[in-house]
Amino acid sequence: MITAIASLATLGLVLGLLLGLAARYLKVETDPVVAEIEALLPGSQCGQCGQAGCGQAAAALAAGELPVTFCPPGGRSLAETLASLLGLEVDLSGVEDTQPMLARVKEATCIGCTRCFKVCPTDAIIGAPKQIHAVLQDACTGCGNCVEICPTECLQMFPIEVTLGTWRWPKPRLAA
Amino acid sequence: MKVFRFRGGVHPESHKTPSATKAIEDLPLPERLYVPLQQHIGAPAKPEVAIGQRVYKGQLLAHSQGMISAPVHAPSSGTIVDIGEFTAPHPSGLWVRTITLETDGKNRCGKNRWHESAKPTDPFKMAQQEVAARIGAAGIVGMGGATFPAAVKLALGKERRIHTLIINGGECEPYLTCDDRLMRERAHQAVDGIRIMLHVLQADQALIAIEDNKPAAIASMRAARRRHANLHVVVVPSRYPMGSEKQMIQSVTGIEVPAGQRSADIGVIVHNVGTVYAVHRAIRLGRPLLSRVVTVGGGAVREPKNLEVPLGTLVEDLLEFCGGYSEPPARLLMGGPMMGQVLPHSRVPIVKGSNGVIALSTAEIRSRPAMPCIRCGRCVAACPCGLMPVEMAPRIRNGDLDSAMEYGLGDCISCGSCSYVCPSNIPLVQYFNYGKGMLADRREAQRKTEATRRLAQERRNRLEREARARAKAAAQRKAEKATDEAREKNSPEVSV
Repeated sequence: MITAIASLATLGLVLGLLLGLAARYLKVETDPVVAEIEALLPGSQCGQCGQAGCGQAAAALAAGELPVTFCPPGGRSLAETLASLLGLEVDLSGVEDTQPMLARVKEATCIGCTRCFKVCPTDAIIGAPKQIHAVLQDACTGCGNCVEICPTECLQMFPIEVTLGTWRWPKPRLAA
Repeated sequence: MKVFRFRGGVHPESHKTPSATKAIEDLPLPERLYVPLQQHIGAPAKPEVAIGQRVYKGQLLAHSQGMISAPVHAPSSGTIVDIGEFTAPHPSGLWVRTITLETDGKNRCGKNRWHESAKPTDPFKMAQQEVAARIGAAGIVGMGGATFPAAVKLALGKERRIHTLIINGGECEPYLTCDDRLMRERAHQAVDGIRIMLHVLQADQALIAIEDNKPAAIASMRAARRRHANLHVVVVPSRYPMGSEKQMIQSVTGIEVPAGQRSADIGVIVHNVGTVYAVHRAIRLGRPLLSRVVTVGGGAVREPKNLEVPLGTLVEDLLEFCGGYSEPPARLLMGGPMMGQVLPHSRVPIVKGSNGVIALSTAEIRSRPAMPCIRCGRCVAACPCGLMPVEMAPRIRNGDLDSAMEYGLGDCISCGSCSYVCPSNIPLVQYFNYGKGMLADRREAQRKTEATRRLAQERRNRLEREARARAKAAAQRKAEKATDEAREKNSPEVSV
């Protein structure tokens, strides 16, 4: 019996020592979860979540300061991916209520100042000095940076128009 | 020939008699035709004509763009009055880009042919690719309702060895009789179209599958194929959804198309009888696809008929020709009652895939409230794909798409057999359509996130590149300035 106790105790001590050493010498500097989250984010540093950029947002999410639904351009699909990555249960029913909006140029008031496309995180605005600018709807993430900087308020956010290609069957209604 | 059985399926009442006895009639040319630029799966066609331009019948109105697309031709002669938005024959009631043509009633073809080399020739002396290209240029798409460009499907024969061409004359949807009448009245033309397709695909045999509730069509197709040993008529039992591609292949060949694969992967291609008839006309007569046979039926229509309709004709013109409504319709459909699309109103155009206009009376529709599921499993027995609607529907209702996918939502063909048999009237197929839409949205959102990431990276690269270029230019200027100053110092007499 003594041999059994002694051998198990030695084993415990040796393994404990190994683990202690590993924790000291094989220490990971950054949280790998943060890097994983950041890889999933759009990376356009648009700031719609209130953080300075996607890296900071990822750190805040990992620290539990932000909900998984923080990223408007990523939408519901990103929230679901993040929730499954972090093993969180989230109620996503409210996510799509904030309808995604895209920027559009009102041609009548655009003066061609070129300020908007300097702040666009995805180069979604095209144009030239003193020429009317235009937003490429497919590339716009709806961050609203351009709307804030526009001196003539010609850039405004509009809800995405439903077309035959993007129309979806509604959820069947339940009769009481 | 031995016929196999696919699992599941239902036997809805056929309701075909009223229109099956009526021969195909030509609809009088309407004053205006509304020709949508997207009547097919794939990229919309691009207009080639301008407002105010006069066009001949068969003239190219819009050319195809991209790999999967189809051109659109003028169904009659007249003047283009508008290129803009018009209600699509779609349950959403949304618009589609449409060319409006005011007809002159003369139906002039003119010398302006729809295709440079479209003179009728012997297709069996032409290269396969050339015949396929002509079929594509004629704007022919799957006429059974799927509207997949026919030439793209024929091109699959080049990549894979196709041994069997199946001609779908199933027409399993209730009310519809347009394919039945086509096979009865135009069997020789259809058989010729099948032979042209066999030539293009280089397939060994063609099997013409017809449901056993169309004895006249079977007899007429048998008579027409008599001289061709590699064409066979296969009589299949009348069971919905026999006309669905995968179910038809299983009935005729006994082979099941694996989940996530296409029929061409097992060496089989399926085309509708309407499509082969259009191929015959395109190749032998040099005619693009300008009209199609449409069944007008349903209990709310006074005189059900089969009509040869110019594409772009409004549904209301068809209904008017059939004597109008005998009672206010409870539901107006394009296509059959099982898988057809509910129309928002009757001012929508007939397109290449419209096989029927069905106005159902109140007595014909079932609108009882949904009751709780009693787990009877009838939907499982009815599903022709071997899925479990009873398990999938509640998961979709609770937003758990991933687990619905594990139950095989991706293999659902939306045939509606489950909803048809459900004793609790649960809108099962409606849940699956909703779920598929959510999946499409999710794919789209993922694509957008990836595109945004790529664009943001590109922008960072661009800014870096510009900063580097600026730094380099500044360094160069500095160096130039330095040499200039040095020169000035060395030779001060120059400036004097």
